[in-house]
Amino acid sequence: MSEAILELDGLSKVYPGGLKALDDVNLTIRKGEIFALLGPNGAGKTTLIGAVCGLVRPTSGTIRAFGHDLATDWRKARARIGLVPQELSTDMFEPVQRAVAYSRGLFGLAPDPARIEEILRSLSLWDKKDERIMALSGGMKRRVLIAKALAHEPDLLFLDEPTAGVDVELRKGMWAIIDQMRAKGVTVILTTHYIEEAEEMADRVGIIRKGQLIMVDEKEAMMARLGRTEAHISLASPLSELPPALAQYPIELEEGGTSLCYRGGDGTGRGKAEVADITKALIGSGIDYKGIDVRESSLEDIFVSLLGEEEEQPA
Amino acid sequence: MIGWRSTWSIYTRELMRFLRTAFQSVLAPVLTTSLYFIVFGAAIGGRMPDLGGVDYGAFIIPGLLMLTLLGETTSNSSFGIYMPRFTGTIYELLSAPVGVAETLIGFVGAAMTKSLILAAIILLTARLFVDYSIAHPLLAVLYIMLVAAAFSLFGFILGIWADNFEKLGIIPMLFLTPLTFLGGTFYSIDMLPKPWDTIALANPIVYLVSGLRWTFYGSSDVNIWVSFGITLGFLAACTAVIAYIFKTGWRLRA
Repeated sequence: MSEAILELDGLSKVYPGGLKALDDVNLTIRKGEIFALLGPNGAGKTTLIGAVCGLVRPTSGTIRAFGHDLATDWRKARARIGLVPQELSTDMFEPVQRAVAYSRGLFGLAPDPARIEEILRSLSLWDKKDERIMALSGGMKRRVLIAKALAHEPDLLFLDEPTAGVDVELRKGMWAIIDQMRAKGVTVILTTHYIEEAEEMADRVGIIRKGQLIMVDEKEAMMARLGRTEAHISLASPLSELPPALAQYPIELEEGGTSLCYRGGDGTGRGKAEVADITKALIGSGIDYKGIDVRESSLEDIFVSLLGEEEEQPA
Repeated sequence: MIGWRSTWSIYTRELMRFLRTAFQSVLAPVLTTSLYFIVFGAAIGGRMPDLGGVDYGAFIIPGLLMLTLLGETTSNSSFGIYMPRFTGTIYELLSAPVGVAETLIGFVGAAMTKSLILAAIILLTARLFVDYSIAHPLLAVLYIMLVAAAFSLFGFILGIWADNFEKLGIIPMLFLTPLTFLGGTFYSIDMLPKPWDTIALANPIVYLVSGLRWTFYGSSDVNIWVSFGITLGFLAACTAVIAYIFKTGWRLRA
């Protein structure tokens, strides 16, 4: 396993009004990974990021980044962490290049125009370097925020809802940028509402709800463990009961016996193989069918079902 | 350990903000000072007797300087920290490896620099209307710097305390300006009838105006060292409040 660069231990945050935004969160982030933190609105994602980045004071628990305790040795830790906030917060009157150079200086690094140019070029902002930020489009402003966060060459980057409110093309552009960071060895923690984004980008996924981290796992492992195959087989003639040959499968009759519904598998492809076996069993039993609709569950299905299960559990 | 590069970044950025509005920042004090000199120096001052051997037009220079200095320093500094809070850009400062020292030297240092530039502009403008000389120029510069530092810190506290623009303007408008007017800007408190001359000593601005006037003309309403002591005490109190704010994160960190 790669070296741990961020460790949260028993992290809790209770706001003055009594809202428990983080509830005993334990999490370890490994070097070089892309970690997606998923959760509904108000789940505590931004509070978690704020606690690590110094915007929120934790009520209890410890945060260690790069081996430094953030409560005591925060300077060394913060120097290696970058943050792209959810809101487009930047000095709108500043020209792009100067704003990015300021961020580098603020983090204590010597001016390096060549490095700033490299960052701006990688984000397709070089042509806009002398433009005031207020004159840029929303997507470009977000890229300026990323450039500012990268200006001090962080080893750990937080992206809080990096693609919120941007169109599909820009979203894919953002994914390409995250890919670039991955290639450079930057560890990325991103929060997102778009599960598709986590599915596309993340190595590991954490699901947070009401301040509690309810699950953390490798994306593939989570999908294998919690993924399902769902197949609907439309029959040529209705059945009154399931044929004995299908008794071993998780299958049931629906729509007045005109359709068979299979829900099974585990996200590794076992479900698809069973659907193939079912079709063979149907033919072997002399039962004709008109069509098959097979669907693998997505990370989104898993996310929704996990949140639903938690909701149903008694407090 | 102070991160000087971080400090320099904050300082230069704040000065750039000042330069963006340089025309307004410079023109306003020049115009205001000129108007005061036309009204009080030329129109009224001609009928006023010398005060402590100082021509009335020259007598009001330290007071006018203090009037602008206190208002501009407080508002520059309070806006400097309030605007990032208002727009959300403060996230960058809070997430950077930057502590109270870098923040204060950067923000307050920039506010002080702006104030010193303004003070120089006001003195040059005054020269157009009145002939004057400064008895203790080094002490005058030192005193202006001390007052600028103290009120930059005070403005910084205001900028953190305020949660809307009204609060941001209320202290300078309702307290600072009236107290400065009543603090001997245009008169010596010796000219006040009893018991107002004693009551006036409860106004802290009296000590500031009087202190600066001493550095100009070698005489004042209050002992110069009392003025220095009060200014240093105010500076220390503001520093302590800011240290507490940073320690607790009050109004800065959620």
